[in-house]
Amino acid sequence: MSAAATLVRVLRDPGAAATLDVAGWTGLIACARAEQLLGTLAWRVDGLALPAGVAPILADARDAAEAARRGALWEAEMARRALVPLGVPAILLKGTAFVAAGLAAGQGRAIGDLDLLVPRDAMAAVETALIDAGWEWVKPDPYDDAYYRRWMHELPPMIHRERDRMIDVHHTILPLTARRRPDAGALIAAAQPLGNGLSVLHPADMIVHAAAHLLADGDLAGGLRNLWDIDRLVREWDDPDAAAVLRRHAAAHNLADTVALALRLSHRLYGTPVDPALAGAARPSDGWFVRRLLARDGWGRPTRPATRLAFYVRSHWLRMPPAMLARHLWIKWLRKPPGA
Amino acid sequence: MRHSVTVRVGPAAFRVGADWRSPIEQLRDLYRDYPAFGGVPDFTVSLSAARPWRRWIRPSVAIGGDFTLPEAAPLPLAHGLLAAEMAMNLQMALGWRRHLLLHAATVERDGRALILCGESGAGKSTLAAMLHRTGWRLLGDEFALIDPATGDVHPFPRPISLKNSSVALLRDHGRWGSLLTGTPKGDIRHLIPDPASIAAMTRPAVPALLLFPRFGFDAAAREVGGSEGFVRLTTASTNYTGLGEAGFRTLTRLVHHVPMAAIDYPDTDVALTLIEELWR
Repeated sequence: MSAAATLVRVLRDPGAAATLDVAGWTGLIACARAEQLLGTLAWRVDGLALPAGVAPILADARDAAEAARRGALWEAEMARRALVPLGVPAILLKGTAFVAAGLAAGQGRAIGDLDLLVPRDAMAAVETALIDAGWEWVKPDPYDDAYYRRWMHELPPMIHRERDRMIDVHHTILPLTARRRPDAGALIAAAQPLGNGLSVLHPADMIVHAAAHLLADGDLAGGLRNLWDIDRLVREWDDPDAAAVLRRHAAAHNLADTVALALRLSHRLYGTPVDPALAGAARPSDGWFVRRLLARDGWGRPTRPATRLAFYVRSHWLRMPPAMLARHLWIKWLRKPPGA
Repeated sequence: MRHSVTVRVGPAAFRVGADWRSPIEQLRDLYRDYPAFGGVPDFTVSLSAARPWRRWIRPSVAIGGDFTLPEAAPLPLAHGLLAAEMAMNLQMALGWRRHLLLHAATVERDGRALILCGESGAGKSTLAAMLHRTGWRLLGDEFALIDPATGDVHPFPRPISLKNSSVALLRDHGRWGSLLTGTPKGDIRHLIPDPASIAAMTRPAVPALLLFPRFGFDAAAREVGGSEGFVRLTTASTNYTGLGEAGFRTLTRLVHHVPMAAIDYPDTDVALTLIEELWR
């Protein structure tokens, strides 16, 4: 069993940790760190009898996650102060949204950048307000900058010059070049206010976004963490009509099959309770996704390079039409530093 | 991985794996006096071929592990031991949360610790090695670990990494690891701490004096006030920001309780004289 498979088993059933020996724990911890799931793991096995040496490592991980939570909420507050005078909707996404809304998906979660969603026609005003408040560009490269502005679903990343923290300002949840076109207006219209001027996505849209991020926008790097988000969001969303509402939102964003696949994978790996009509029947191709998601060993190293490469190619295929992809890769290849 | 070893230094244990035998054997040799560790290590480090063919052809060691820096360049296999030591430092700098970490060398006498805080080239390691030779217990030449609960400094007595002329200066003393020539930092050789320092590697000491040494200037010493010391130490800490309030409390207590001074020195004899004067 790969270390990633052990990680999934313990996240799903923390009691399974009782069977691990020193080598098993060593591999589990290294793999969980590499998958950015150590804080989550620490919370899952909290209160269980742990071998000597493991408890302090997991206590550190919970402590680090708490520091990440506090830092993320502070960054959100800094952005709020900068953006409130504009009077435009500002919606927190991903990890920051989970901790701001107090969701189980945020417990122990690693949080990097601050991800915000704002209306597309407010992007210029938001950009100016953030620059006035001390954020500045990370990538000074003209091609990258132009590429972001024309084709991406976000501004080029910015970093705060004093706090050294990144912000990603999105106007939708997938690149404009992607084959799917989610309805950004509907995301903003359905968002749920936090009461301080910021909002978070509707629970169904959080799941749709997590599924899109996992399966329609990348090479599944960090996939186990993103899939764990989906598991927690599905389990915690307490609404008798959840399946019907999720079906409606997924269809409205043109992501019904993406959400269905995400639910099947989450059910298969984490035992997430899913509506069979919504998730659909298992497909042979699901196994490839599982194979990719579990491609990590007990040293935290990536494994299965061919599978990883296939998903890397797939990610570009999903994101861009072929001619555009060829041009993009050509420019990137020309600019590659020698020896890289 | 094909070859691996686990070592414990002070409160932290490291599992180091490599595609090659030689870095692991060098590590085993360097840490042969340290107590064996059979538990779950705090950190994992991997030294692997930068490209698959780089295992055999002009072998090149990429530094991996729990915490990495994307810009870290691979090193030739001949410097595999340096790669391992750098990687272990990196795990501490980026991942350790049980103490406030200061980039400093620390030695102890009569239960009281002297902390030497400075940037690379300030002479921390050389001064720590010289003091160690004259009977001070070595707590560490890379990081001072300040306990947030007690304010004590915990030992982290790694082998002392000495460069170039410092190796010659201390040549006739103690046990050494293998000489690494032509590294990005010049020639490097590790001086192994004496058995007493290794045996006492879990026994903390009370900080008694904090110095900011500077090499290459005329002899001078001046007192450093709390505010200046605080600011200097925030920049000398790898995890001050990450620890949040605990980091702030630990550092303010340190600068309130420990006298601080900046010393300039043209050579190590002058430095040792200045240190003995300030220590009294």
